[in-house]
Amino acid sequence: MNSTAPARLKLDHVTKTFGGVHALTDLSLQVAPGQIVGVIGPNGAGKTTTFNVITGAYRATSGSVLLDGHDVTAEPSHRIARAGIMRTFQNIRLFSDMSVWEHLLVAQPHAGSFARRLLPTRFSNPKAIERAEEVLEFFALGDVRNRLARSLPYGLQRKVEMARAVTARPKLLLLDEPVAGMNHDEAETIRSLMLRLRQDGLSILLIEHDMAFVMNLCDHLYVLDFGVLIAQGRPEEIRLNPAVLDAYLGRAA
Amino acid sequence: MLIQQLVNGLTLGAVYTLIALSFSLVMGILGVLNLAIAELFMLGGYFGFAVLMAQLPLPLALIAGMAGAALVAAIVERIGYQPFRAAPVVTPMLSTLGFSIILQNVATNVWGSDPLQLTDEVLSGRFNIGPVSVSAIQLTVLGVTVLLVALLAFLVQRTSIGRALRAVAENRDVARLLGVPAGRITLIAFMLSGALAGAAGVLIGVHYAAITPYIGVEIGLKAIAVMVVGGTTRIWGALIAGPLMGVVEVMTVAYGGSQIRDFVVYGFMILILLLRPQGLLGGGRSDQGQRV
Repeated sequence: MNSTAPARLKLDHVTKTFGGVHALTDLSLQVAPGQIVGVIGPNGAGKTTTFNVITGAYRATSGSVLLDGHDVTAEPSHRIARAGIMRTFQNIRLFSDMSVWEHLLVAQPHAGSFARRLLPTRFSNPKAIERAEEVLEFFALGDVRNRLARSLPYGLQRKVEMARAVTARPKLLLLDEPVAGMNHDEAETIRSLMLRLRQDGLSILLIEHDMAFVMNLCDHLYVLDFGVLIAQGRPEEIRLNPAVLDAYLGRAA
Repeated sequence: MLIQQLVNGLTLGAVYTLIALSFSLVMGILGVLNLAIAELFMLGGYFGFAVLMAQLPLPLALIAGMAGAALVAAIVERIGYQPFRAAPVVTPMLSTLGFSIILQNVATNVWGSDPLQLTDEVLSGRFNIGPVSVSAIQLTVLGVTVLLVALLAFLVQRTSIGRALRAVAENRDVARLLGVPAGRITLIAFMLSGALAGAAGVLIGVHYAAITPYIGVEIGLKAIAVMVVGGTTRIWGALIAGPLMGVVEVMTVAYGGSQIRDFVVYGFMILILLLRPQGLLGGGRSDQGQRV
């Protein structure tokens, strides 16, 4: 990691409490431009809470969230999204009455002036259309563009959600269990898409339980347990870390 | 006679449709019943009358009624809804009820409680199609309604703003995470809703050639029944329920007497609530209630 450039994402001593419960305690982490970083840990470790704090769905109790050096901790979530952070969800959240194509348009809410947004997109906003076509092709979703997104098979729905998140050209993509419930081939497809997105300079932070997937893909890993960072490092370091083995295996045994 | 009543019923139904769409636009997106809509409808009528009395043409009156009502709707949103967004849904409903009473009071003070009459005929002429006689005004009411409904459908289905509206309606949080400014979209929904109610006010005013401050309670509130019959979670339910209720009402008056009119209309609503709470167009029962 180049130490002079500001991190794309930086969490600085973030704590989040609900009532008296500490969901996250003093968490610091960084994602560099073009890096793929994983957050792992047992259920209830605070992984999704971390995502919610980053996207502004929850407000950090203390500490700060920085995007390219800018403090976005107190920003409302639509502004954070616009600043360049997009996410997908562990349980897919697509819109029930929208086609795949429409999902790629709704993800560009700021394209064009207000007056243009009152006109049919196809005529008034060629840039948004062009971008949607580009994303459609990148994710190989052309065949299902006019299908209702919710009617698609599970694996494709995950892909649509990822495509929707990428459409607005975010700087940082948060993926919450992107390959959960997928077979090996489907997971491989997602993996290669992520690698290609990284080539374009996108930073990715992902939560994933599939260890083989994470170990093969991530540049850096953070391990959470009960909202506390218990280890971090390169995948090969994490694999051998006794604290990590204890958190996973110790609990399972 | 029957077909004549049908035409009269459809004219009334057209106005119901517009107001019911106005209610369900806000209801569908926020799950909140904006009771001030009944009075936005009334105010729209008065704004339109002011323009007509200045000897200006009807299209201008329509625009004035829509713009004026949309503006008042924006005020209602900022004062009567926005501050209570986190509160239980009954709180903004009560604040819009307060607004509704205040608006009626304002209208009474400004224009008086006696009906305001249009002295000149805005549109004259009748068209006879076989045994049925349709007035130019009736045609205008129907035509403008069809046009506005088509415009709304177009806006909601094909434009960026419409997509953002649908996204916020289905899942406000996800919409915001995609960068949709949900607060602004909510304001736009209120204003669109107000514009529809305002147009309905101008149309009904022109149709009766008179308007009173109490028209909101008499006609505007009935649109809630229309919305319920159509299905509160389906915006477009009003397209069926509006004409239906208009015809039911006119037929009741023609063949049963006007004293049982409201009994039939609101009775129909209660019947729907009992037998098919999701409304005529609603899907399964799971469709009722929470949508946002």
